Amino acid sequence: MKFKIIAGLVLILSVIIASCGSAEDMEFKRYYLGGEQLYKQRCQNCHGTKGEGLSNLIPPLTDSTFLKTNKKQLACIVNNGLKGALVVVNGKSFVGDMPANNIPPVDIARILTYITNSFGNKMGTVKSEDVALSLKDCK
Amino acid sequence: MRKLATLIGVILLYAACKNGGTQATLPIYGNRDTKTITKDGKQVVDTIYQTIPAFRFVNQYGDSITQNSLKGDIYVADFFFTTCPSICPIMHRNMLKVYSEFKNVSDFKIISHSIDPKHDSVPILKKYADGLGISGNSWWLLQGKKDDTYNLSASYLVRRPEESAKELFIHDGYFVLIDKQKRIRGSYDGTDEKDVARMIGDIKTLRAETNPQIAQ
Repeated sequence: MKFKIIAGLVLILSVIIASCGSAEDMEFKRYYLGGEQLYKQRCQNCHGTKGEGLSNLIPPLTDSTFLKTNKKQLACIVNNGLKGALVVVNGKSFVGDMPANNIPPVDIARILTYITNSFGNKMGTVKSEDVALSLKDCK
Repeated sequence: MRKLATLIGVILLYAACKNGGTQATLPIYGNRDTKTITKDGKQVVDTIYQTIPAFRFVNQYGDSITQNSLKGDIYVADFFFTTCPSICPIMHRNMLKVYSEFKNVSDFKIISHSIDPKHDSVPILKKYADGLGISGNSWWLLQGKKDDTYNLSASYLVRRPEESAKELFIHDGYFVLIDKQKRIRGSYDGTDEKDVARMIGDIKTLRAETNPQIAQ
């Protein structure tokens, strides 16, 4: 009888742990889902539902190497936009303007978490603190 | 009884198939008027449909384009500007599909009217066309006098573009399908992938339509 109760408790506990996941997972999901909404509102018109961009006019967001190499600059690009900048993505050159967003660091972090973990990218959570740090070094 | 049910079933199936097989004709949009003409010595009433009026613009190559440049063509028209941050990228992402589908068809064209001719000069339009990856003469980007473009928008039954401080320009995202008689045969939401797919189907239907009368 006692054994059955213990076994039952263990079972319930393991179900709870499995369904909740770790605190980091929860944090990732919060950033990612928030980012998905913001992406739809602010980025998707130009960069597309699949991050595919538009021909040679608007760069795609599928170049994982570009995202990794320019990790520190991503927050600045999202926040301040680009003016006449030359960007090489997926081996193609893009020259043009991107509008500024001027949004709180936490929203930039959400957008970046979404982009860097969608469209074939997998870079983990970009936190609000990381963004605040990056923004200090904008060129 | 069972035989009867089978028979009805077969008839229904045949009717359903037959219905799906016939090609529908596209409606004709816009205001219409009537005119009494004399045909074979008899007085008959003829329908006058709304058509796209004469125009003169310049394309991305610097060539002068008028209604005569589209003589004998089915075409799709839209309104855009190259620096548009909102709906234009979606519209032209979708229009590229239309372009790829029909770029080798001789009697089909796409015309995109810039509503910001001050910025969208011929070289800017050419750069935009190169960026989009379009070449040849199946998709023209047109610019001209601002009032001419804005007034023409009314003939396409789309909203007249407006300038605003924030969005720069406010305009519709419609793709308008025009037949060889310069009549409006369809209007589609250029920002909606499904509606644009429907338009591609309608263009095929329209191309299959036999009508020898072509407007001058």
